[in-house]
Amino acid sequence: MSGAIAPPGRRIKGIGLISGGLDSTLAARVLLEQGIDVVGLHFSTGFCMNDHRRALARPDEDPKRMRNEGLRAGADLGIPIEVLDAGEAYLRMVLKPRHGYGRFANPCIDCRIFMIHGAADYMREHGGDFVFTGEVLGQRPMSQHMQSLKLIEKECGIEGFLLRPLSAQHLPETEVERRGWVDRGGLLGISGRSRKEQMALSERWNLSDFPQPSGGCCFLADENFARRFHDKRTHADPTSIRKEEMILLKVGRHFRLAPGVKIIVARDASENEFLSRYEAEGWRFEALDCGSPITIVEGDPDEEMRRLIASITARYSDRRGQPLVEVAARHQGREERLTVPPVADAALEAWRL
Amino acid sequence: MNRSVTHPTILTTAALGVDRVLDTVGLYCPIPIVRTGEAIRGMERGQRLEILSDDRVILIDLPAWCRAHGHEYEGASEEEGVWRLRVRKAGRGTA
Repeated sequence: MSGAIAPPGRRIKGIGLISGGLDSTLAARVLLEQGIDVVGLHFSTGFCMNDHRRALARPDEDPKRMRNEGLRAGADLGIPIEVLDAGEAYLRMVLKPRHGYGRFANPCIDCRIFMIHGAADYMREHGGDFVFTGEVLGQRPMSQHMQSLKLIEKECGIEGFLLRPLSAQHLPETEVERRGWVDRGGLLGISGRSRKEQMALSERWNLSDFPQPSGGCCFLADENFARRFHDKRTHADPTSIRKEEMILLKVGRHFRLAPGVKIIVARDASENEFLSRYEAEGWRFEALDCGSPITIVEGDPDEEMRRLIASITARYSDRRGQPLVEVAARHQGREERLTVPPVADAALEAWRL
Repeated sequence: MNRSVTHPTILTTAALGVDRVLDTVGLYCPIPIVRTGEAIRGMERGQRLEILSDDRVILIDLPAWCRAHGHEYEGASEEEGVWRLRVRKAGRGTA
């Protein structure tokens, strides 16, 4: 590798968005082939399914599924990876995306703009010559067709300095190529949803340890999560929704019992552990002297509602086959005990999110 | 809503033989890695950072982060559910 040179004689540096998936890994590899210095940025958005699986840390989990793929890709490629907290600004964007949602709760265009903006800011602060991504023309319906790729570049304010190495041959020449910083001839012409070319390249470059690309990895593009997300937006002021409330949308069974009352019932010991690590302000329910889910409550349930919540908690406890179950309801240091029958399954469906 | 956490006794950096201690107890990965990157950026090459974490996933993330950046991962020890992990700054000039 010769090392791409920019005037006045220093090496060219590309700042890339690296999820750790095959496309972003290949995009970085294409540039490394040209001797370009690469720094990867990996955003922690709070909506990554892999990070949630890691937070639950189930004991039987495959160790490979416990790693951060961005860090793994950086280690494999031998490039530094900066992990960045997308934080509050990302949450505000998700709750009110300028370009709207895709099929579920996925604001894909705004998300790309957010991250590329972040990469441009990083480049200005820490040095770098251009930003690159692993986007492939025509691969995703919302954010990766020609019009949206152009829109994203324009809105990020780095026109000419945003490179998509995997699809560059199908896209207008960038300033980065015109200046000779990157050899356009060494960039690729991949398009569409087939991943045949990417798979061939991964074999050629011996990149076999990437996560399988078939499933999505973002909660916002998940149908079940999206239902809970839009319910949340409907029943709360979107400007006041906190990150912790979003985290809870990923855990447990959710039931909206009234416009102002929603409950979350843990599904297993890992989710119980996850919920027990939080100091929630609202009511908590737990069936006594048996295996029981923790049920947490959003809103202020009256006495009748508390009996219903106790019945639902009893339904998911180990004593669900018994006529009556004793359930503890705790709130602000006090406890009340309710002896209730487990709720019938048929009744649950009307409240389930 | 905050995560409930139990902190171990925190010794001074001199007593621990490190130059800085970063407490990330209560945070889930990868946020401890974000904070580690921020902390080590302000340190000199050769200095040691100790990171406290109660998320066992950091045992996977921190060695990978060190490999990617060229820092030296010096291992971890655990006490009452809190890991102490050590990194010696070397690096390729980013974090």
